[in-house]
Amino acid sequence: MEWLQQLVNGISLGSIYALIALGYTMVYGIIKLINFAHGDVFMLGAFIGFYAIARWDLGFIPALIISMLLCAIIGVIIERVAYKRLRNATRIAALITAIGVSLLIEYTVIFFRGASPEAYPEVLANKSISILGASISTQSIMILAVTIVLMILLQFIVHKTKIGKAMRAVSHDADAARLMGINVDNTISATFAIGSALAGAAGVIFGIYYTRIDPLMGVLPGLKAFVAAVLGGIGSIPGAMVGGLVLGVVETIVSAIGYSLWRDAAAFVILILILILKPSGIFGKNAREKV
Amino acid sequence: MLKVNNIDVFYGNIHALKDISLEVNEGEIVTLIGANGAGKSTLLKTLSGLLKPKHGNIMYLTQQIAGKPAQSIVKSGISHVPEGRRVFSNMSVEENLELGAYLRNDRDGIKKDMDHVYELFPILDERRKQLSGTLSGGEQQMLAMGRALMAQPKLLLMDEPSMGLAPLVVKKIFEIIKMVNSQGTTVLLVEQNANMALSIADRAYVLETGKIVLSGTAKELQESEQVKAAYLGGL
Repeated sequence: MEWLQQLVNGISLGSIYALIALGYTMVYGIIKLINFAHGDVFMLGAFIGFYAIARWDLGFIPALIISMLLCAIIGVIIERVAYKRLRNATRIAALITAIGVSLLIEYTVIFFRGASPEAYPEVLANKSISILGASISTQSIMILAVTIVLMILLQFIVHKTKIGKAMRAVSHDADAARLMGINVDNTISATFAIGSALAGAAGVIFGIYYTRIDPLMGVLPGLKAFVAAVLGGIGSIPGAMVGGLVLGVVETIVSAIGYSLWRDAAAFVILILILILKPSGIFGKNAREKV
Repeated sequence: MLKVNNIDVFYGNIHALKDISLEVNEGEIVTLIGANGAGKSTLLKTLSGLLKPKHGNIMYLTQQIAGKPAQSIVKSGISHVPEGRRVFSNMSVEENLELGAYLRNDRDGIKKDMDHVYELFPILDERRKQLSGTLSGGEQQMLAMGRALMAQPKLLLMDEPSMGLAPLVVKKIFEIIKMVNSQGTTVLLVEQNANMALSIADRAYVLETGKIVLSGTAKELQESEQVKAAYLGGL
């Protein structure tokens, strides 16, 4: 049952992409900015989790929560310091700033702790259980469970809570949202907080699953999560979830059939294809409004 | 209730409103008529805090509101039904109404007001769960009004409610504006459809290229030769 095992690997990888892609898509939805520093928030999340587990001897769940909280704060700081003043600037100015923030975070981390990689401590017992002849690690199951819980929580926040409704209103029409009495600045900060917390969670999960983290680890997963967000339809939350999973599974299949060197290329081939064939993505909105 | 004193508003370099003063008394329907580009919407946006005046002040009840953020203006009781309705088309009718009550926390009161809105606009009740983007223009206008009423406004700012609507629908919307007014909400109505606007208003102002050129009771303006020639089809 080789294929089942590969499918589980693909879904585990895909859920990490999906968690990162959600932050991209939410931020894009609300201020139309591709936040290229998002992959680095993911990296910071991995390191925060690492220190929480290795230095403070915390378990998986407390480390996950601390990493999410700190990443949320970092996300809000990035937004307030770097992006807020660019709200009315050209999009290219904001994009360049995002790349600048990304480099700043990467090299600040290297400045303080060096560029050497770190081995993630084994915080979850890694046993294999056999299902239908495939051996599936308990870690993959845990990762999947955490991702599903976070996504359900996100759906709940976005659709049922006041702040979630405010987020959807602002992303649809910021001025109309102002007329409802919604504080647009705070709503944007909340969006960064939630997106960054999810990236933080993805960082901890990545560390546990792949065991090796380093200050530049956010670059490639960040770009791939961006591809996932575009694949699903940027601005769409279900799109980011599906896009992430599809990308993870495709990459795993590409490796499984013997082209593991082409693994990274697969993501970007998908990006090119989606931009040619359906630029709005799987869940992209083409709906025209009645006037 | 609302007193605008000598405000100047700029869009970049464009001097959109020039030394505008006007007054709205409690309980009135005041209308602001004028052609496209005269600055009517700019004035409403300034009142609701989306734009800031460069000079002048705006007194509402006992407070100065010029330049305050939109959310504190909504909180003090001014709701704005924007031009082109601007409903949240990705959300259901009910969610739109809930957003109208965004600053309120009195669950029971919100529920009661929502029922009241459904009473005013029974068609919205039928479409509760429907995405508001799928509504007709008239229904969206009703939703935009209902959404504004959910904030329990003392003063309702309405921007071109007749825009793009069939005459019968316009008539209905104006009947509801009158009804809302009779239930105690003061209304400042911006319209290009001067005939309709003057027929329900108490007083009116005429705006031309950023300046108020004429004002008086609605009756006076209906009979004014100048207004007849320019806005009432030259009858």
